[in-house]
Amino acid sequence: MKLTGSQILLESLRLEGVETVFGYPGGAVINIYDDLFDSPIKHILTRHEQAAVHAADGYARTTGEVGVVIATSGPGATNTVTGIATAYMDSIPMVIITGQVPTALIGNDAFQEADMCGITRPCTKHNFLVQDIRDLPRMIKEAFYIARTGRPGPVLIDLPKDIQVASMNFSYPETVKLRGYKPTVTGNERQIGKAAQMMLKAKRPVLYVGGGACLADVSPELLQLAEMLETPVTTTLMAMAAFPGDHPLALGMLGMHGTYFANMSVTECDLLVAIGARFDDRVTGRIEAFAKKAKIIQFDIDPTSIRKNVRVDLPVVGDLKKVLGSLLEQLQEHPQEVAAQIEQTAGWRQEVAGWKEKHPMAYKESGSVIKPQYVIEKISELTAEDAIITTEVGQHQMWAAQFFRFRQPRTFLTSGGLGTMGYGLPAALGAQVAFPQRQVVDISGDGSFQMNSQELATLVQYRLPVKIAILNNNFLGMVRQWQQLFFDRRYSQTCMELPIDFVKLAEAYGATGLRTDKVDDVEGVIKKALEIDGPVLMEFKVSREENVLPMVPAGKGIHEMVLAS
Amino acid sequence: MKHTISVLVENEFGVLARVSGLFSGRGFNIESLSVAPTLDPDTSRMTIVTRGDDRVLEQVNKQLHKLISTIKVVDFTGEDYVERELALIKVTAEADSRAEVLRIVDIFRAKIVDVTAKSYTVEMTGAPDKIDAVLELLTPLGIKEIVRSGPVVIGRGAKGVSGN
Repeated sequence: MKLTGSQILLESLRLEGVETVFGYPGGAVINIYDDLFDSPIKHILTRHEQAAVHAADGYARTTGEVGVVIATSGPGATNTVTGIATAYMDSIPMVIITGQVPTALIGNDAFQEADMCGITRPCTKHNFLVQDIRDLPRMIKEAFYIARTGRPGPVLIDLPKDIQVASMNFSYPETVKLRGYKPTVTGNERQIGKAAQMMLKAKRPVLYVGGGACLADVSPELLQLAEMLETPVTTTLMAMAAFPGDHPLALGMLGMHGTYFANMSVTECDLLVAIGARFDDRVTGRIEAFAKKAKIIQFDIDPTSIRKNVRVDLPVVGDLKKVLGSLLEQLQEHPQEVAAQIEQTAGWRQEVAGWKEKHPMAYKESGSVIKPQYVIEKISELTAEDAIITTEVGQHQMWAAQFFRFRQPRTFLTSGGLGTMGYGLPAALGAQVAFPQRQVVDISGDGSFQMNSQELATLVQYRLPVKIAILNNNFLGMVRQWQQLFFDRRYSQTCMELPIDFVKLAEAYGATGLRTDKVDDVEGVIKKALEIDGPVLMEFKVSREENVLPMVPAGKGIHEMVLAS
Repeated sequence: MKHTISVLVENEFGVLARVSGLFSGRGFNIESLSVAPTLDPDTSRMTIVTRGDDRVLEQVNKQLHKLISTIKVVDFTGEDYVERELALIKVTAEADSRAEVLRIVDIFRAKIVDVTAKSYTVEMTGAPDKIDAVLELLTPLGIKEIVRSGPVVIGRGAKGVSGN
């Protein structure tokens, strides 16, 4: 059957199981949008291409499927770059299709031309410029394969207009043949055996879990592993939802704004088992002081993650699902050693419990002013177990990681690697599209919210009942905190001097706006918002100069925290 | 420490930019790079000379391998290999120095490939240090222009670097 390039694209997407795409039309994709008119694929029109990418990202993080975006050439395409870089840093599977000027015009500085393969080369896992329609089906097949296998990531297909119009007999390839891409899936059994032995001998072990655990869906294995040996578990920002936050073995987050007990446990441990974590600088602090008493085991699918930042005593490359499965099997073969190990580490758990008791996560309550942490605790309390939480970037993001108790995997969506302000609202949008029946809450700050606030329109248009909680301190709070602590309180350009009427803003878009500055009303506002069947923006006027603590100052070891007094 | 690495890549759009962009983006040093297709027209072979300690080189190798377009990466450091570079050197050669240039060219088994009344163009092939040596001798005579290809390497013995 003869199909045009744009029909081939849509048919291929359908064959890949794509039900929903996020995007924005334009001249260089007008043919695709014309065919989309007759396609069973659902299209969500965001109000900015960056938001379309974040929405597809939210869709991907919650479902585990590949998120798909369509944008036009030139500015439409360049608008996607921040979204793509965000997904790349957090290893989110995504395929982005950008229109391109006709092949004959490429390189001519044509209207709305941008070299997207050039621009996105360092922030995609791979990208394609389609120069011949005969390559199109293969490239789409490869794009989806590359995006979802190995260490996942975004893949961009730049599709010139003349290719969209050209036609050929269509058949979709069944398999991919990529000589240069064969991710290691099965871990080396001997290495896994050694890891098991090390874990059976350690006296002060800690599991350090990263975003890879979410991507590999290994929460059940993780829980089983932690409980089998009764090993304390600390999670990175990316993995807060990978392990239940209220579990007795949970230490919460580690690193710059980690808990006292997580950071002390990592500093004092004799075995650190990294599971899908990459030793980011926000986690390690001063690298020479990081876990220096410990032997380090690292499980990761990406060989470049191993020994990139820290020395590793035992690396195991492979898919965490297989690797942890095999590790559990090997441990189960030694029930006596496992029992002895639990006994041997009892003292260590007591020590950890002592740290928990000495400096639990806390904040100073104040009678009249709303504390931002309190709002997050209340949201945590009042939302359903499977509620999906997204954040923007800044203080509220750290408080969400510190004070929200996550209960299920794939329920916490946050830009960890790139730290993209404006991520949370469109990501919530994408998550709500994926799960119309679940509660979705974007925990936001007044600064970040304004970076993609136009997406209120998308929420209202598609009746997506996302709840937005703005912790409004009229500051770019995290930068202000740094200025307070390290720049002598010189608040350069961090005070958002124009107070925005967020309630009116919500109403202008046709959403509901709620506001309070009273502690006693917080619970009522959240309850009311959750009851309203539609998008609601909650504005909480919070104490303005609250700081995120604990905090590890730049250049210090993670045990050298500034603690909440 | 200096490392010479062979990289087999898919001979496709943008592959050179992927490799060179990887080096610049991650702050890896790149001393020279040469690239051309192999017997299989779908495959190109790059020879890259880079410097760094063991940890950096481990990352260079792994990151190169991570590129989807990369088929194989071989670090020849510590291996037995043949290394050759080509240089074209335009030397001032007037009355009194003409004979001296010829003598040097002869000693190094180089070739004169272009002659004018005032200059010779010398073609020299050899290990990079041989080329450095000839340049050192020719410099006092007056070098007008020089172009070097960067080294290419191939392993000694029967075993080859192939994409399979």
